[in-house]
Amino acid sequence: MSLFGSTADLLTRLDRGEQTSVELTAACLAAIDEHDGRIGAFLSVDRHGALEQAEAIDRRRRAGGPVGPLAGLPVAVKDVLCTAGRPTTCASRMLERFTPPYDAHVIARLRAADAVLVGKTNMDEFAMGSSTENSAFQVTRNPWDLERTPGGSSGGSAAALAAGMVPLAIGSDTGGSIRQPASFCGVVGMKPTYGRVSRYGLVAFASSLDQVGPLASDVTGAAVLLEAIAGRDRRDSTSLDVPVPEFGRRVDEPLAGLRIGIAREHFAEGLEAEVEQAVREALGAYRSQGAEIVETALPHSKYAVAVYYLIAPSEASSNLARYDGVHYGRRAAEFENMIDMYAATRGEAFGEEVKRRIMLGTYALSAGYYDAYYLKALKVRRLIRRDFDEAFEHCDVIASPVTPRPAYRIGELAGDPLAMYLGDIYTIGANLAGLPALSVPCGFSGSGLPIGLQLVGPPLEEERLLRAARMYERATGWHRRRAVLGA
Amino acid sequence: MPRLTRDEVRKVARLARLKLGDDELDRFTTQLGQVLDYVGVLGELDTEDVEPMAHAVEVTDVWREDVVSPSLAREMALANAPRSDGRFFLVPPILD
Repeated sequence: MSLFGSTADLLTRLDRGEQTSVELTAACLAAIDEHDGRIGAFLSVDRHGALEQAEAIDRRRRAGGPVGPLAGLPVAVKDVLCTAGRPTTCASRMLERFTPPYDAHVIARLRAADAVLVGKTNMDEFAMGSSTENSAFQVTRNPWDLERTPGGSSGGSAAALAAGMVPLAIGSDTGGSIRQPASFCGVVGMKPTYGRVSRYGLVAFASSLDQVGPLASDVTGAAVLLEAIAGRDRRDSTSLDVPVPEFGRRVDEPLAGLRIGIAREHFAEGLEAEVEQAVREALGAYRSQGAEIVETALPHSKYAVAVYYLIAPSEASSNLARYDGVHYGRRAAEFENMIDMYAATRGEAFGEEVKRRIMLGTYALSAGYYDAYYLKALKVRRLIRRDFDEAFEHCDVIASPVTPRPAYRIGELAGDPLAMYLGDIYTIGANLAGLPALSVPCGFSGSGLPIGLQLVGPPLEEERLLRAARMYERATGWHRRRAVLGA
Repeated sequence: MPRLTRDEVRKVARLARLKLGDDELDRFTTQLGQVLDYVGVLGELDTEDVEPMAHAVEVTDVWREDVVSPSLAREMALANAPRSDGRFFLVPPILD
């Protein structure tokens, strides 16, 4: 719950006319003015456009006209989704002056649902990273401890929520980039089933893994936001032609006889004791609501990081070939010939992590190494998916930590890419297998840092995850604790 | 797998069209070597009879009607180009 109150309260107040969208939007802009100088969550704020949108929604409501399901709620959007006529940088020098000619599908859906788009949030460059430190433009700080990272790559969206600057936000998740920052910042975040949300207008990183999803200060917020953005879009041929449940209306219904699987591999070496304790206590809370805890196994989960750091960079090396200094984005000022123009442009405009991943992917796909690395990773990917399919034969959801430890210090892992990659161990499996997964706050470390509980479900079972998370949230109320930001 | 060498890293950078500084070449040689050592763990699995999985949702041959629909106007498509003459994208000479 944010300083705005719960999402359900907000929607009720807007519906009854007790609060206007302009008031809410102005409150968000004031909070951004007050706090974002220290947090650094936003790359751009559309003050004028947001207020104009809010006024139009309020006017329509007063006139008795139809108002969309988001009813004038302000939303922050990760700067990885194209917004027509508004900057979309991906936190990269390459796209510093890029203005998209069209809206991403998700942006169009948000506008149609009467969300107010307040601004674009900071991220790791091209969504590659786990701390938002790879942004070419600014550092984002964790509102719970300004010396720590908010996680990444959707760190700006999570920090904006935790600092009470917006009630809802959008992120993207390729290996945990929604769930991990949600966990680090004490908010709710969900990666939907692959194909649930259209990727049209999402700047591509690893196309077989990328999904857009909601972040919110409570589970209800994630449910209404997902409902607004989900559904078939013919411009993304991988988007699924299946009905979208009424997540918002169903989220308060508890699940009877819920069987929660826990995999021993998720509680092995490397997991910090405080995180394990918080997750085990969450399981206890479920048990006292009648859920059954079932032991299960995901024997190939220890290979997930290795598989991911071959597949994602391979896809990235192909996707990012489009940045050639010709069609859009930056071009180097000095070069000798056409080929040199490509290399000079890419060498100077991409940050180090992006270059590292392009290199890794190019290597894994190159002649002589393709079978040993890329093809091998695709085969193990199938084994990882099979593990989940088998586990879901005897449980409804799988519960685990989101990360092995709470938020780390800014700069702590910056020089050690492999150590940072290993922090993605629990989140990556859902991306490789294409499954829905969410993070919900489940406690705090001794030093006051948020800890998240991950729930993973079978394909298209977002509703089950949201209802399961809401059951827990209502019983425990961790989400009501707010970060205290000094003046 | 043998250890990654600096020359291999230089070759990969050329394939990827990335101009790297000497310090970057040094750093990437070490860091990519570490990542490749780590992913070597996959070698312990027998995957002889496993089908590769390129996508989570294995959709194939998605069809649509072949009808003309609106597309980006030329000036919009060119608006973000580093160099254009209003009709075409401009690139450096490719023939000497």
